[in-house]
Amino acid sequence: MNILSNVFGLFILLFLMTSYADENYSVSKVTTGIFYHQGVHEDPSEQNMGAIANVGFIIGENCVAVIDAGGSYLEGTYLRRAIKKQTDLPICYVINSHVHPDHLLGNAAFKEDSPQFIGHQRLPAAIVARQDFFARTFKETLGEAYTGSEFIIPTVTVPIDQPLTIDLGNRILTLTAYSTSHTDNDLTILDNTTKTLWTGDLLFMGRIPALDGSINGWLKTMQQLQSMDLEFVIPGHGDAGCTQWQQGLLDQIRYFTVLRKGIREVINNMGTIDQATQDIGLEEANNWELFQQYHRRNITASFVELEWE
Amino acid sequence: MSSRIFNIIIISLTLMSFGLNAYAVTPKEPLWPTLKIAYFGDKTIREEANDLLIIEAPKRAEDAAIVPITVKSLVAQSSDKYIKNIHIIVDNNPEPYSANFHLSPELGLIDISTRMRVDQYTFVRAVAEMNDGSLHMVSRFVKASGGCSAPAGKDAAAALARLGKMQIRMRKPTVGQPVQAQVIISHPNYNGLQFDQASRLYIAAHYVKNINITYNDEPLISVDTGISVSEDPSIRFTFTPTEEGTLKADAKDSSDQIFSKQKDV
Repeated sequence: MNILSNVFGLFILLFLMTSYADENYSVSKVTTGIFYHQGVHEDPSEQNMGAIANVGFIIGENCVAVIDAGGSYLEGTYLRRAIKKQTDLPICYVINSHVHPDHLLGNAAFKEDSPQFIGHQRLPAAIVARQDFFARTFKETLGEAYTGSEFIIPTVTVPIDQPLTIDLGNRILTLTAYSTSHTDNDLTILDNTTKTLWTGDLLFMGRIPALDGSINGWLKTMQQLQSMDLEFVIPGHGDAGCTQWQQGLLDQIRYFTVLRKGIREVINNMGTIDQATQDIGLEEANNWELFQQYHRRNITASFVELEWE
Repeated sequence: MSSRIFNIIIISLTLMSFGLNAYAVTPKEPLWPTLKIAYFGDKTIREEANDLLIIEAPKRAEDAAIVPITVKSLVAQSSDKYIKNIHIIVDNNPEPYSANFHLSPELGLIDISTRMRVDQYTFVRAVAEMNDGSLHMVSRFVKASGGCSAPAGKDAAAALARLGKMQIRMRKPTVGQPVQAQVIISHPNYNGLQFDQASRLYIAAHYVKNINITYNDEPLISVDTGISVSEDPSIRFTFTPTEEGTLKADAKDSSDQIFSKQKDV
């Protein structure tokens, strides 16, 4: 009896958890035919099911394109349901902005749609190099939400500086692959109809940017983005909108410029990574969420790059 | 003899099963007792040898691909009593035995640093082997990095493009005064888990195996390095030039490529 009631209780609990989470998973409309779910500014966990990045979709006249599929299989299924509430059109494309798990672990939830998976030319190699590590750590971090997650190698890839266009039916998207910036496999998605840019993690708003590529490369790419003529921007993390993105880029440029200047000085004085992480950029602490979790890592990653200047 | 071989086989099998475990999930059982036997046999290791050695490592691996590790000695090297080797072991890495520093008795106080890949919660250990053969250990616990930092390199193309470039960095030294120097070799240090997009094959492990640093052709430090060492291996150390001369570093990788750099002092 005891066991039975426990099992029953567990079922109720599971049911409550799932329905609770699903009903609370909402997407916001950015502009005509473009929706996104805003990730929380937290590290991935079982509680937030890895839904920490901005993910969403664009609806054309014939097709839907998913832009980043979620931070877990579970989030992928929620995103898919959110799409089905908006349209019956088929999901033809799942586009991954880069290799990080908070953007691509949901891919497998769209397998039944048989979409084309699209990514940067260097995405396949980046996935293969990291998938064992990511599978191990994210299985632990995400618990049940991870179940079903798969690393899907894109079938269509975009070479650097050779943008690819896809047509969703009277709606042309331009996919641009960048040289090493946030990672070595960053892709942006531009909806030409509404001048809306999905930046992937080339832009973080509110949450501290995390460097997993090249500080010099990312600064260059940010300058490139600054001059774009855009109506709406959906960053990888933080608020989507029409006006704040320019300030968002300025904030990110300021942060990395402070880091680069400080690190170059430490390197020129024969200082160490430890010294750099203790001294540099502390004045930025109040400008970013999760500063303590990622700032020292950004310095570490930048340091080993700037040593070779 | 045959029982010894049998022992080695048993240890290898145990290690293999631990190794697989270590790769699947963070191991719940400490690996050190098994590793100790595998690397040091039945020799006694004096633990918490804090009177002889200091090991410095960040509490948390900020970036799983680059974790600075520093080892310092508290007793100066002398010709009759000196640290002959410092072995670095990262318990929960795919290949725990990570580096072996061969040290000159001329080095004075030891102060060496390198950078390791640390992708999960682990002990990092420095075992000093004295010239009399005795073993002394210090260790630090390092937490895994958060978020999505992976031990893989950040820019595979760039790493390959500058393969073999070397730097010797140091302040202007004064003869008779200790000076810090750093040797860096640009090398992707592939650990055998990378994938080549063009050939759709795994790239074989390709890493720096040894870095030999001399001053006026006299050995200072020679390091045997494994796949736990970060991309672009870096060795930072302190030495005292007793006269003007040339600091030279030779590196050899697992495909027997040789890279050299020297600097006049």
